[in-house]
Amino acid sequence: MSSNQNILVKLKQAGFCINDKWLVKGVTLQIEKGKIVTLIGPNGSGKSTTAKIALGIYKKIDGEVEKYTNKVGYVPQKISIDWTLPLRVNDFMTLTENLKAEAINEALSLTGVIHLKDKNLGDLSGGEFQRVLLARAISKKPELLVLDEPVQGVDFTGEIALYELIKKISDKLNCGILLISHDLHTVMSATDHVVCLNGHVCCSGTPIDVAKNNEYKALFGEQASQILTRYQHRHDHIHTDKGEIKKN
Amino acid sequence: MLDDFFIRALLAGLGVAIVTGPLGCFVIWRRLSYFGDTLAHSALLGVTLAYTMEFNIAFSVFIISSLIALILIQLQKRTNLPGDALLGLLAHSSLAVGLVVIGFLTFIRFDIMGLLFGDILAVTLDDLLIIWIGGPLILLVLRLIWKSLFASTVNYELAEAEGLNPDRAKAIFTILMAGIIAISIKMVGLLLITGMLIIPAAMARNISDSPQKMVVYSIIGGVLSVILGLFSSLEFNTSSGPSIIASALFLFILSLLNIKQSIKLKN
Repeated sequence: MSSNQNILVKLKQAGFCINDKWLVKGVTLQIEKGKIVTLIGPNGSGKSTTAKIALGIYKKIDGEVEKYTNKVGYVPQKISIDWTLPLRVNDFMTLTENLKAEAINEALSLTGVIHLKDKNLGDLSGGEFQRVLLARAISKKPELLVLDEPVQGVDFTGEIALYELIKKISDKLNCGILLISHDLHTVMSATDHVVCLNGHVCCSGTPIDVAKNNEYKALFGEQASQILTRYQHRHDHIHTDKGEIKKN
Repeated sequence: MLDDFFIRALLAGLGVAIVTGPLGCFVIWRRLSYFGDTLAHSALLGVTLAYTMEFNIAFSVFIISSLIALILIQLQKRTNLPGDALLGLLAHSSLAVGLVVIGFLTFIRFDIMGLLFGDILAVTLDDLLIIWIGGPLILLVLRLIWKSLFASTVNYELAEAEGLNPDRAKAIFTILMAGIIAISIKMVGLLLITGMLIIPAAMARNISDSPQKMVVYSIIGGVLSVILGLFSSLEFNTSSGPSIIASALFLFILSLLNIKQSIKLKN
């Protein structure tokens, strides 16, 4: 792809197996500075697992992970915070790194939740909390951002704005982003590289390459194909009456 | 001044309260109160060991408590039993073994009540030294691991992903717990140590909105409990360890009143 200096994380045939069950297997991908790599795939296809392998959360893995940065921002898919902790948004922002007040304010303003700064974390709504999570991840100006469905529970207009923000951040900080998203519109318009997972790498490449791929079509069905046609209409297959897809 | 048993008791109590404050907050945040109990129960075995081998009590309690913590970690890996069952198993069996061993040591006269409920008035200069060297040491180490420990208490995966070291912090914290139990066993006794850890911290939780405040209030609560408890035990001639814990309970009840008031204010 490009020179080695730009690589932040590299997965080589990585996989993770727990209780004799493979969550994901044989994933090869790399994340570079200033590029957005998106993982797509159905539920249980190993997207979050792949992210956790890349982050080094899972240690006993198959294959290899090479990580070239320690400046990481992470928005996990699920986060359960114990409310026995008295924790305000402001305290949460400096959880893993001490930050200046300006950096905290800037990040909270970018995600539109600066007014919640002194609120207790437990009093936030799901969407508000998601914005705080994103703010926390970007406030430390990371080299690598891993966003596992970062806009879940965010209202519709907010969702679009946040995706634009993510794109902007990737340009501004020149950081690499590993994005997990169900929103195929976004995936196809803002991503440099798409990896389609289903327990293994189904297909990968630029959004257009992936959109053309038959395995992708089989996995996501007709609706997804229709979404893609807005970006690149090339109907090179027919749908049989059994719902199968055949190439012309 | 240090010749006076009451001044010694006060200094010992304050030294312990300053350390139990922040540790107690983590005990509450990480839901470790039963774990603290288990380590405390195993301390009896440590005390008997100290008598038989003619060791320092604090030192041998520290060794035995750390050992029990290690055994617990191994059991968690090797069995499918739930954590609380394993804790109960270790707590009561180490207490029982300790008592059985005491039965064999007929040549030593044990003050069982003193072991169970503490005897702060019998604190010696050596004990004071251990508390005021060990205590600040525990606080210093806690300060060093604070970021990793606190971040992983909030969310393990965030801490791990963003370059902190939660596993090491957890292991060190376990050792610190064994440490505080070792230096405070003589004061409040093995049945009441957990009370000293969690009651001031629980009180602090009721009146604080940030982790830092909770730590500070927890220390203040512990210090007040020691002062209140010791003076009232002098006044009413009650045993000192339980008086300290009862004072802590009193402060906790006061903090509940505070909550009710703030709810009223909100409405």
